[in-house]
Amino acid sequence: MAIGRTVAALSKKFRVGTGSVIGGRAALIVDPHLLAHLTRARDVVIVSATNGKTTTTRLLAAAIGADQPVISNWLGANMTPGLVAALGPSSAFATAVLEVDERWLPRVLQEIKVSHGDASPLRRGVVLLNLSRDQLDRTQEVRHLAEAWRKAFKENQPTFVVANADDPLVTYAALTANHVVWVSTGMQWTADASGCPACAGRISFSETNWSCSNCDLQRPTPSISLTDDGIYADQNYSISLPLPGRVNRMNATFAFAAARQFSIDATRVIHAMEEVEEVAGRYRTATFAGQTVRLLLAKNPAGWHEALNLLERPDTPAIIGINSRIADGHDPSWLWDVDFEQLKGRYVIATGERRHDLAVRLHYAEVEHAVVEHFADCVRIAGQHLESNDITIDIVSNYTAFQDQLAQLGGLV
Amino acid sequence: MSVRIVSLFPDLLGTYGDGGNAVILAQRLRWRDIDCELLTVSADETVPDSADIYLLGGGEDGPQSAAAQRLNQQRSLHRAVENGATVFAVCAGMQILGESFPDMHGKTSPGLGLLDCQTLRVEKPRAVGELLTKAADISLAGRNVALGPLSGFENHAGRTRLGSAASPLAAVEIGEGNGDGYEGIVQGNVVATYLHGPVFARNPDFADAILSMTVGELSPIDDEESLLLRAVRIDAARRHELTPKPTLRQRLQWRKK
Repeated sequence: MAIGRTVAALSKKFRVGTGSVIGGRAALIVDPHLLAHLTRARDVVIVSATNGKTTTTRLLAAAIGADQPVISNWLGANMTPGLVAALGPSSAFATAVLEVDERWLPRVLQEIKVSHGDASPLRRGVVLLNLSRDQLDRTQEVRHLAEAWRKAFKENQPTFVVANADDPLVTYAALTANHVVWVSTGMQWTADASGCPACAGRISFSETNWSCSNCDLQRPTPSISLTDDGIYADQNYSISLPLPGRVNRMNATFAFAAARQFSIDATRVIHAMEEVEEVAGRYRTATFAGQTVRLLLAKNPAGWHEALNLLERPDTPAIIGINSRIADGHDPSWLWDVDFEQLKGRYVIATGERRHDLAVRLHYAEVEHAVVEHFADCVRIAGQHLESNDITIDIVSNYTAFQDQLAQLGGLV
Repeated sequence: MSVRIVSLFPDLLGTYGDGGNAVILAQRLRWRDIDCELLTVSADETVPDSADIYLLGGGEDGPQSAAAQRLNQQRSLHRAVENGATVFAVCAGMQILGESFPDMHGKTSPGLGLLDCQTLRVEKPRAVGELLTKAADISLAGRNVALGPLSGFENHAGRTRLGSAASPLAAVEIGEGNGDGYEGIVQGNVVATYLHGPVFARNPDFADAILSMTVGELSPIDDEESLLLRAVRIDAARRHELTPKPTLRQRLQWRKK
């Protein structure tokens, strides 16, 4: 790891990156099985999904951290180089709570299984939140992903899987695991899950249930679920998170279920999650050019659906940033799957490298908007459309646009 | 007269934002005070055969086969085409309109036979990236239409071979298209393309050309933002903005060769 640390320091110094990935890459060249070596003596929980990975990982690390030493890739570098970079400097025994890219999950799970060995009492947990479209040009088919997960669980049985019973793709994937804790947080986005993953049939949805009209795939009975004011697991535990919105209470429900697998007291788990105020810059509230702004991240239709529901009162302006770099996916045609019509009545500022794509989308949605290139101008123009200065301007952006804006607001602290 | 537009099976063929084409067509009619009904028909519903314009989008392999099967069983789309309705299909939607296409296991499955073409799986990488054509001069419902270059994003594994009854939309300038140097298909009232984006967002004249097949000549509307987007994307395609840069390893391998 010494080599890795040197390269990471250089990377940071020359401002190539945050240093977390490049150090891991260098170290993996020296030792390709570094991940296995670094997980040999510790419990590992993997969090994977299309949406909510980073926040759930943060909440789960906080929850388990209330009881024992924890190490986590909390900056969101979620492929093997990022994982070894996070684990490298830590104690060899601290429990690892790892966000793992959904495509990398099978190989990461296999590495850890090999390093633990068959008879090991060490735990390998997996938390699966949801599967939907993300970056069409890279992750071609969510169904293939579900198949790959299935195979991975069959061949490398995790100690436990916490899985979303409301998501047919996740359910189908988790069914090959021996020990599954089914969690229910309600269906939010069904457009990617209407074809049955197990057969050529269709999934029919009701308010609280789903089943395939053709085969026997159906919603499993959950043992832990999100309620109006808390989390139900044999009894109701009320929870009040600083992180906004229903989506974060959903994330907390999954983190709760996973933390309970470590037999940590439910009340301690809840209190630890209630201490988390910001996740790698997400939900950051800051002052910029005399205005109060709040940063929200959304990466795909399901994420945008959640983010638009978090926006400030309906007459306030919003800034929306869209890029299409590799980390965002090169194809932003998903903009047309997002219900931007619900922004009607707001003044929206379209920014980011794909601001013209967004502008056309807003044009057809008949949302009043301006197209602005620079961040400072965005905030200034949004400020001119505010009724009073004590209102927060929401900024919603996809991944690299968010990173750019976060840097403008002082970066990670 | 109210123009009836049907968005077919967005639950099966809705992966690439192509539902936007329906929104765009409907909005362009409304802005011109032309009545229009937008019907969304999901896979468990009966497809009407009396609509004016049918739209099919892109989708994944499994749902693509399911959509073809349902349309072949119901045959309402076939009847609609016979009655002169316009069909506009994108990517997976285009593939199922042909004679045959490969299913998720690579097996040849029957298409709807509404286009004289077949789609094959080939030993070539998936075509992913900006797709830009040369000027498209096509004949639509007996009218000659000059559309200029068409701009969009393509993402498909199969390649499509056209028969003698079908014509391409245009020659390819940048990207893969059908796989033979040309992009898209037009055959009578059926028009199809590999262009996502959605295609009408970047090519407003193409949208109007499709509408004109039903409603005739259309008055101009404000397309400033669409035309700006179009110019920006054409420029990006020519600068190969989204083409992946070769990795260091690839470059070293080339040098060895």
